[in-house]
Amino acid sequence: MTPENTLTDAEITEIQTIFRHFPEKSAACIEGLKVIQQHRRWVSDEAVRGLAEILEMSPAAIDSVATYYNLIFRRPVGRNVILMCNSVSCWIMGYDQVAACVKRKLAIDYGETTEDDRYTLLTIPCLGTCDHAPAMIVNEDLHRDLTTENVAAILNTYE
Amino acid sequence: MSMTNILIDNVPYAVDGSKNVLAASLSLGLNLPYFCWHPALHSVGACRQCAVLKYKNAEDTKGKIVMACLEPIADHLRISIEAPEARQFRAGNIEALMTNHPHDCPVCDEGGECHLQDMTVMTGHNCRRYEFKKRTHTNQYLGPFVNHEMNRCIQCYRCVRFYKEYAGGKDLDVFASHDDVYFGRHEEGVLESEFSGNLVEVCPTGVFTDKTLKKHFTRKWDLTDAPSICHQCGVGCNIIASERYGSIRRILTRYNGDVNGYFLCDRGRFGYEYVNSPQRILAPAIKGDCALANASPEQAIRQISAIIASGKKMIGIGSPQASLESNFLLQQLVGPAHFYAGIPRAEGKLIRRVITLLKNGKVRTPSLAEVKDFDAVFVIGEDVTNTAPMLALNLRQAAKKGPVELVKAMHIPEWNDAAVKDIVQGTTGLFYIATPHHTALDEIATRTYHAHPDDIARLAYAVAQHINAFSSIAGASSSTADAHSPDAGTTANPDADFEALSKSIAAALLAAKKPLIVSGISLYSEALLDSAASITNALKDQAKDPGLVFIVPEANSIGLVMLSDQFLEDAYEKEEPDEDEKPSQADEDTAILLENDLYERTFKGQTDLFLRRQKNIIVLDSLENATTRQATHLLPAATFAEADGTLINNEGRAQRFYQVHQPDNAVRSSWKWLQELQSAASSEPNVPPSASTHFDSILQSLVREFPELTAITTLAPAAGFREGTQKIPREPHRYSGRTAMHANVNVNEPQPPEDADSALSFTMEGYAGVPPPALTPFYWSPGWNSVQAINKYQIEVGGPLHGGNPGKRLFEPSNIPAAILTPNIPAPFTPTPGEWLVLPLYHIFGSDPLSALSPGIKERIPQPYIALNDSDADKTGILEGHYVEVLLNGQKQRLPVKLHTGLPPGTAGLPKGLAATAGLQFPFSTTINSGNHD
Amino acid sequence: MDKPLTQHIKKDGSWLTLKEYEAVGGYQALKKVLTLAPAEVTTIVTDSGLKGRGGAGFPTGSKWKTVPMGPDAPAIKYFIANADEMEPGSFKDRLLLEGNPHQLIEGILIGAYAIQARFSYIFLRWAYHQAAKAITQCIREAYEAGYLGEHIAGSDFQLDLSLHTSVGRYICGEETALLNALEGKRANPRSKPPYPTVHGLFGKPTIVNNVETLCNVPLILTNGADWFMKLSKTGEGGTKLYGASGRVKKPGLWELPLGTSLREILEEHAGGMKDGYQFKGVLPGGGSTDFLTEEHLDVPMDYKSVSAVGSRLGTGTLIVLDDKTCPVGMVRNLEQFFAQESCGWCTPCREGLPWTTKLLDSLEKGTGKMKDLDILTFQTHYMAPGNTFCALAPGAMEPLQSALKLFRQDFERHIHEHKCPWE
Ligand SMILES: Cc1cc2nc3c(=O)[nH]c(=O)nc-3n(C[C@H](O)[C@H](O)[C@H](O)COP(=O)(O)O)c2cc1C
Ligand code: SF4
Ligand code: FES
Repeated sequence: MTPENTLTDAEITEIQTIFRHFPEKSAACIEGLKVIQQHRRWVSDEAVRGLAEILEMSPAAIDSVATYYNLIFRRPVGRNVILMCNSVSCWIMGYDQVAACVKRKLAIDYGETTEDDRYTLLTIPCLGTCDHAPAMIVNEDLHRDLTTENVAAILNTYE
Repeated sequence: MSMTNILIDNVPYAVDGSKNVLAASLSLGLNLPYFCWHPALHSVGACRQCAVLKYKNAEDTKGKIVMACLEPIADHLRISIEAPEARQFRAGNIEALMTNHPHDCPVCDEGGECHLQDMTVMTGHNCRRYEFKKRTHTNQYLGPFVNHEMNRCIQCYRCVRFYKEYAGGKDLDVFASHDDVYFGRHEEGVLESEFSGNLVEVCPTGVFTDKTLKKHFTRKWDLTDAPSICHQCGVGCNIIASERYGSIRRILTRYNGDVNGYFLCDRGRFGYEYVNSPQRILAPAIKGDCALANASPEQAIRQISAIIASGKKMIGIGSPQASLESNFLLQQLVGPAHFYAGIPRAEGKLIRRVITLLKNGKVRTPSLAEVKDFDAVFVIGEDVTNTAPMLALNLRQAAKKGPVELVKAMHIPEWNDAAVKDIVQGTTGLFYIATPHHTALDEIATRTYHAHPDDIARLAYAVAQHINAFSSIAGASSSTADAHSPDAGTTANPDADFEALSKSIAAALLAAKKPLIVSGISLYSEALLDSAASITNALKDQAKDPGLVFIVPEANSIGLVMLSDQFLEDAYEKEEPDEDEKPSQADEDTAILLENDLYERTFKGQTDLFLRRQKNIIVLDSLENATTRQATHLLPAATFAEADGTLINNEGRAQRFYQVHQPDNAVRSSWKWLQELQSAASSEPNVPPSASTHFDSILQSLVREFPELTAITTLAPAAGFREGTQKIPREPHRYSGRTAMHANVNVNEPQPPEDADSALSFTMEGYAGVPPPALTPFYWSPGWNSVQAINKYQIEVGGPLHGGNPGKRLFEPSNIPAAILTPNIPAPFTPTPGEWLVLPLYHIFGSDPLSALSPGIKERIPQPYIALNDSDADKTGILEGHYVEVLLNGQKQRLPVKLHTGLPPGTAGLPKGLAATAGLQFPFSTTINSGNHD
Repeated sequence: MDKPLTQHIKKDGSWLTLKEYEAVGGYQALKKVLTLAPAEVTTIVTDSGLKGRGGAGFPTGSKWKTVPMGPDAPAIKYFIANADEMEPGSFKDRLLLEGNPHQLIEGILIGAYAIQARFSYIFLRWAYHQAAKAITQCIREAYEAGYLGEHIAGSDFQLDLSLHTSVGRYICGEETALLNALEGKRANPRSKPPYPTVHGLFGKPTIVNNVETLCNVPLILTNGADWFMKLSKTGEGGTKLYGASGRVKKPGLWELPLGTSLREILEEHAGGMKDGYQFKGVLPGGGSTDFLTEEHLDVPMDYKSVSAVGSRLGTGTLIVLDDKTCPVGMVRNLEQFFAQESCGWCTPCREGLPWTTKLLDSLEKGTGKMKDLDILTFQTHYMAPGNTFCALAPGAMEPLQSALKLFRQDFERHIHEHKCPWE
């Protein structure tokens, strides 16, 4: 018996459009994971199985790819994901003070989500904006030239 | 093979030019450590352990580090294994690998036979500089066969490369990245692959270990081992079986380059546990007034030999599970006219047909290993993964052959596995499967055809006809294009589909360099065998080099039928007593049954009737079963673990197995019991029977009666063989505790038992070098304690063993006109309304009743069910899981329904070999009552 | 035209639309190329001296030449722009991607024509959202204007281009790993040989070029190989995007003639050190290059010259180390990045980098020992080029090995003082 696929029709259609562009369905694995994540912020075990069914792959093969990449979230994340650059130029420019500030304000550490599900704090390698270090991304917005003074206000704009 | 001159550490060598430096070095006997490379999985360059120094030319003094496994042999190549830079790199690499390793050798099941241990010692890394925390992982439950301990992982990636890429498994993978990489399942659970047990040998450390061994763990050096042959199917894989304290502890692959190579299936590896079963018959028993009561061997022999000597009518029923020698001695005891091969006639006739086709036909049957070299495959009617698992594993390799050949043509060596995979991109070669239902190999098939066996035979005959017809069409290869086309035959017209499919298969087989046809007797259809042979004959006529493989059900199916053409029904139907006997004596009959549960073979009613007619039922068997419960005289027969013998596999290859240990009870080889009975019966009363004859002399009398079996006398050195003056020890020379292990019984170390039947001894003393291959009980070489010591036993890695791969093929095609086939094309199958034709369904775990008694295997056996065609079920409103009433041999049975198996309309499937289906003769028609579902 | 590559990029952060790009001569090079034989295009690029701007500096024309051509060549070939830019301290491709995607698309078209590719991709890192928007719109425009798809600009040439956004890992920028990522797999690097130019994406011939490399291509085709060669100061061809980050007065990115001296970039364009900070060292081309110090400041920033003084031009983006920043801490930050981003395939990188990081961490905390320096030195040999499966780990060793030599005293002070002297 095949249990109902947990993915929504919208997700399934989107994934099916993508795999038509590839010589093999399995080549759409990463794209499929991105679609799922766009729709539900993170990729649950059920979603992995759902994608496996659509792409005719095993859940293990999907998960092997999903767990490889930094930006596929296999655990729930909050409504807003803060990705703090921790690479060299930002380090030189003192990103750790900014990060400490964020952690204090949100009362979470890296890898954690606030209790109200509002923020998840993660690190990300160099954001390619080193001339404006320190920098971070919140959801899809890049914030640069961060200071311990301006970071709190930036975060407040995210509900 | 082109030989190329190279310099290793300034010593000139001539080596196989198609190899890489690592394989060549190991073949030369040099010690060069490695992890990710495996002789069957080849090179990917991940572990960086096989580093050597490569010099540009004769003048270069500096050299550069290269990975030997990725370095092609080239003319005048100059490398160094011993250069300090190379040694330092390798020691440093082990040091890095060991940073996170738990160093738990004392409690690790791999300890003492661990490749990581060996390589660590070999590189000289012995001082730990890493002082930080180790990363740790949690382990997973992986089912009854394989234990998981991820912390010991050195990330060589061999497990996934074997499981996923080589064996086609889906549920083991690598997760995460950097130093977090994790090898396991997506979530805890039973490993699904039929070949999961190979992880135990493929893993170079203790991540994947044998869970059945863990239950009664023993270090490698404390095991008594013997070269043996797997008894769990007809393929005859070579195994090493190991014992301690009277119980069998585990099975390992015994490398045979012509048969199973480096691998085994899980039925073969884990199916041994029945040997230790509490249901083992350990003492003779004689039926008193009502029940069987234990007796001494002398009593039993005396009583039974008296019956034999009385000259009453006596028949013997042999077994495809028993050795040639045991079957032969029973035949001698009762006389050939009274000996019956203990299988139903339908099965026996088919096996006879297989023998005829192989012996007298036009086409050679390849060895199991050779199967990997065929580049197009057509499977006719066999669910190979379940009827001959290791053949399925090799067919998976054959499916890669075509694409790999293309890559080789681009000058990329086959051993560069990483490169080959990137280029091949998962494409498979031409592979066709015609079976009544879905099979595990369907996923690699170019096309599948699911139909009734008669229709499968029709397809095969049509393919043969097309091949014959192609002779007139010059451009046969041009039609291979449509063999690839997925649209071939998807029109609405089934006749056109059939035509298109048979044409495209014919074209594909003709386009291949080496086409292979696989069939067998599992569907009990002679038309399948004949149609398969007519394809290979047609291909041969087209000057192709085809191969023909037939699958037979049991370890000695072929051997048994070579001894006798009389089958169970012949014994059962012999209502009329022999002419010279008075009818009244009929109920005085004596039957001697050899290692054969007749209730598995024939209907209960039929079997009951037959046994009721026997006054004396003398049973030689190893485990209690329905037949042994009927015995009047019961003799404890050896399993493979306590017996020597010869088996003939589906290829017609005769192979010798040896007893692992001498049990301290009355259990002995059936042939030993039989020759004791023989000599007791023929000697004068009260005179002790003459000294027993040994194994070799039984062989001699056997081949005197059956000259076509003469080769079996040369399978292994005779009992008198000595290396110098020494026997070959079954125990490694580090065997420990011998003086203490029986001290609770007697402080004096007991005299080790003598083995008069073979050149093997039951001790640790004896010849310490590489013994003759047929007598190799274990692999060990200085510095090489793991299974990878096998390198030292091969002429070249992955090649034949020193002294040649053991086993002898008994037949080569002789193209005798008698075997010429007159096509006997069956009519298309048309379902009879209200009736179902029931076909056997095979399960690697369950269809072999003996291995099914092993606790590990038991966990994997399916519950009885009936499989129906989806549309048939639809019509009657039956859903998956519904219970239906099935009439089985006059008895109603309620069984849950399984759908989506691909079975054609009008057919149903029942798992063969389960207790619920014991004795059913497939195929048969029946009715199904879908009345009240729940 | 002293900034041919970036002259049209607008200051307001918006990208050039197709109209705007065409107005400044966009797609003229393509139209010219379509009248040439593919081999002629490759020859022009070879003659221009253009070297790969992705870090390794391999001559672009020579790379294109290794693609199988002619009637026997595979019908499907791929052309890929590497826009993964994840090297720490590198931020040059971003400008080109956000400011003028059509220039890149035209470069891809020309390259694809030269090797007769049928499909092309832009492999973009996830974090470049603005670039993704720009590229998506420009691709659409290019399709609508007939620059992509069938019968490009009225010719027989056809090419499809899609944008692939990566889901993040530094190793995806390695060209063979990138292929695996595009195929939807784990992005472990592939073994070489065979090279991607013969067996690449989906097993077919594939070119991977850096964004900056490709953006130069239309200019070369428009203005000629000689013109391009003469742009540089030292004869390697072209201009280069140089950047600087760290405690300099004016961190930023500038297009300058290839071969501009390190001193000029640092002092004139980046405005020298911030007040109160002294120059201590610099990684001249991103996180996986060797440190240079005061004595090297006059080196011309081209491939050959920077190698000659023991480092690499890499991506040409300077990461400046000042006297108030701990060199051990800086290297530790870099090694942590590399350890985290190791793909986990080969032993030295997977196991060696975390160990290296832990040693540096312990030194930073003041718990290091003198013998740790020997182990660190050992790691730099252990992970030397050729010893690992790909260039990630050897790259990671470059800042470490040079720091161990140039800043040895600073390492030792951590040990002797049992703390980080900069704390
Ligand atoms: C670990 C690693 C990461 C890399 N990352 C990038 C990258 O982000 N962008 C890039 O263009 N090249 C990167 N490269 C270089 C590419 O492998 C490749 O050489 C380059 O894309 C070729 O383009 P080019 O010849 O135009 O420079 C990386 C190499 C390595 C070893
Ligand atoms: S050096 Fe090895 S482990 Fe590191 S990224 Fe390259 S292949 Fe992966
Ligand atoms: S055996 Fe050569 S790198 Fe692993």
